[in-house]
Amino acid sequence: MEQPLLAFNEKGIYCAQADVYLDPWKPVKKAIISHGHADHSRWGHSKYITHHSNVPIIKHRLGEINVTGKEWNETFLVNGVKFSLHPAGHIIGSSQIRVEYQGEVWVFTGDYKTEDDGVAVPYKLVKCHTFITECTFGLPAFKWVPQKQVFEDINNWWAQNQQDGRTSVLFGYSLGKAQRLLKHLDTSIGKIYTHGAIENMTNVLRDQIDFPETTRITRETKKEEIKGNIVLAPGSAHGTTWIRKMVPYVTASASGWMTFRGARRRRAIDKGFVLSDHCDWQGLLTSIKETGCEKVICTHGYTDIFSKYLREQGYDARTEETQYEGETGQLESENEKESA
Amino acid sequence: MRRFAELIRTLDSTNKTTLKVEALTEYFREAPGRDKVWTIAILSHRRPPRPVNTTLMREWASELANIPLWLFEESYHIVGDLAETIALIIPASEASSEKSLDQFLQEIIELKSKSEEKKKEYLFENWLNLNYYERFVFTKLITGSFRIGVSQKLMTRALSWATEIDEDILAYKLMGNWDPAKISFEKLILEENEEDYLSKPYPFYLAYAIEDEPEELGDVSEWSAEHKWDGIRSQVIIRNDELFVWSRGEELVTDKYPEFEAFIEAIPNGTVLDGEILPYPKGEIGTFKDLQTRIGRKNVTKKLLEKTPVILKAYDILEWKGEDIRDMAFQGRRQILEKLYKDLRSEEIPLHLSHSIRFKNWEEAAKERENSREVKSEGLMLKRLDSPYLVGRKKGDWWKWKVDPLTIDAVLTYAMRGHGRRSNLFTDYTFGLWDEEKEELVTFAKAYSGLTDQEFRKLDAWIKKNTLERFGPVRSVTPHHVFEIAFEGIAESKRHKSGVATRFPRILRWRTDKKIQDANTLEELRALIP
Repeated sequence: MEQPLLAFNEKGIYCAQADVYLDPWKPVKKAIISHGHADHSRWGHSKYITHHSNVPIIKHRLGEINVTGKEWNETFLVNGVKFSLHPAGHIIGSSQIRVEYQGEVWVFTGDYKTEDDGVAVPYKLVKCHTFITECTFGLPAFKWVPQKQVFEDINNWWAQNQQDGRTSVLFGYSLGKAQRLLKHLDTSIGKIYTHGAIENMTNVLRDQIDFPETTRITRETKKEEIKGNIVLAPGSAHGTTWIRKMVPYVTASASGWMTFRGARRRRAIDKGFVLSDHCDWQGLLTSIKETGCEKVICTHGYTDIFSKYLREQGYDARTEETQYEGETGQLESENEKESA
Repeated sequence: MRRFAELIRTLDSTNKTTLKVEALTEYFREAPGRDKVWTIAILSHRRPPRPVNTTLMREWASELANIPLWLFEESYHIVGDLAETIALIIPASEASSEKSLDQFLQEIIELKSKSEEKKKEYLFENWLNLNYYERFVFTKLITGSFRIGVSQKLMTRALSWATEIDEDILAYKLMGNWDPAKISFEKLILEENEEDYLSKPYPFYLAYAIEDEPEELGDVSEWSAEHKWDGIRSQVIIRNDELFVWSRGEELVTDKYPEFEAFIEAIPNGTVLDGEILPYPKGEIGTFKDLQTRIGRKNVTKKLLEKTPVILKAYDILEWKGEDIRDMAFQGRRQILEKLYKDLRSEEIPLHLSHSIRFKNWEEAAKERENSREVKSEGLMLKRLDSPYLVGRKKGDWWKWKVDPLTIDAVLTYAMRGHGRRSNLFTDYTFGLWDEEKEELVTFAKAYSGLTDQEFRKLDAWIKKNTLERFGPVRSVTPHHVFEIAFEGIAESKRHKSGVATRFPRILRWRTDKKIQDANTLEELRALIP
């Protein structure tokens, strides 16, 4: 049988013809990286290739690495295989990776969303024969509302808390979600304070995007000055001693998982805003359809259910085991290094 | 409906009891009377009968959402709540209904006798024309109870705040059979009634668990011990030739225990007893499992009464000859109680005395405690002889000294998604023990609690990566993890594959230090049966 252009092995998604891996989870010689989240850009590869706007992010996270930045649509050839990066709209610098060899085109989405969030370059449709897609929220229960409405809710929540004399603590992943929240908070309500992990990451990105002013919470920060303002923090800060400085406070989380009533209660968070950097059910289906693909490979999320549905819709769809975690991983595995 | 949906949303979006009571109080101040009656009915589990079966609702919802039924079912397993799943998968709407809660419920009552076609039409119309939260609440009204952490007691408190009527009196007013479709708020709640005061119980005094050694309590001669009975803590009131039975949740449960009617003749008016309701099949104390056949049963049949009668194991007396004697020393109250017991006119009266035991030293007490399982108690209660009957949980005068649970090391074999707040995690576990040859793991218990949230998440991630087979919501997993399982009691059972039933199994700890070969065998479990 002819070798597929991309295959899933124990290290990652492998292109044998070019001897290149996409988002590998074990150290390899050459890796093309879709975006800066920890489950996609791992430590230990000899060479990294990624979009140039992702370069400062992965350098911040991984230290001094050998990395080359590419433009959108810029093609580069490796042993006859044509690679290019295209906006995935997931977070700043997130790409879909297009791979073409002898007229056959594969696209690997990494993580993506179709809504323009005002921070990341919006998702761009790329036609292909085989579409390797995430499906973190691949269930019909997931339906996003436009972010404009969500941010109205968030800002109203903040204003109401302020009126009640409480500080608003809003949880979101320190890379991506935090900046998206930051960009759309209404600074006429009050000041925005940040947890160190978010402040550091945001500073890395200030060269690329214009964000509102933030104040890092340090040992010296006075309890009284925070009161009534909003604090952005990674989910891992919930339930730690760090958060005591915000008393009296109200907590909220912005995530796709907040769709479920149980998810908010399970984390003992007061308020949940449904806001995701992934596609919802319809977003996934529409994207897949528009690519014109015949084959679909589901990498992470509700893969079995989603690929079964796609097969019923006439696609040649299957699931491949990967070590990507989607939003679950982001929520649970904020790493220690970042919380400094 | 808007106001009611908003109330449910508020109750559902906080874990703080005070906020819940405040929201309910506000609702009880402002909502129309009919809606209030329905809200009380719903929160005290008096829903109208379900007009449409859930199988049809699943089919219709998936039809309306234009997805195959299997996909609906998968989604339901993951969401964990039928009404929530339906509300999520049906196309979004921003509409809100002007109809009152009362009107919705009248329609739902009428729906029951309508044709399938009409039912479907009614559901479709409402599902499509209500916003997400109203749709969820509407569907909940049809499918089942609202599990939003509002007990009847909490609701009664809010009602009390809103109406300034005493909580205990409200609890009495709300008991029994009243029809929310017919009764008015005035009649149900506001009208004064002489009888309300007759039923008034005293707040229960609750014991703390002993933390260290009982020696810390001082001289053993100052203490009275009793066995700690595993039943329903209750107060039994006899006043004005009427009987009232209150459970510890401060719920009136008189109707559930008709055998206590016999007390009216046998015990003088103006008596309030504190004790434990215990099952008493075949003339001896039964297991909690026996009692469960009586709990939650609204209609107590003759057959059930014969099979599983109950007794009151009395241990204290709070009112005697119409006088509140809670300030009297425990010793004095016990003398009255013991005399009352002795004077009972008949053996047939289902009143038993929880015997007071006095010890010479704490070693003797410890020895008696070891005997607990044999006398079907959970351990000892220690009560200070000169103590008054206090209110609520107060440290110092009453202590519970339970026997240590039985434990066994078992292997995780199956996992299922939890419900409610755990609906996206695999938190319901099945455990197996080795058969004789140590070749096969035999299921012996399920457990849902005992791990920290962090451990749950860690195990959840492992389960997702180590699934062997899927059976709907259940997954079999590679046998790998050993857990120490604790349980309160053990008995032979024909219903269980293992031949053994355990009471209140829960995870004591995750034995990461043990390999599956180190887990116990079924034989070793059986050896624990008394």
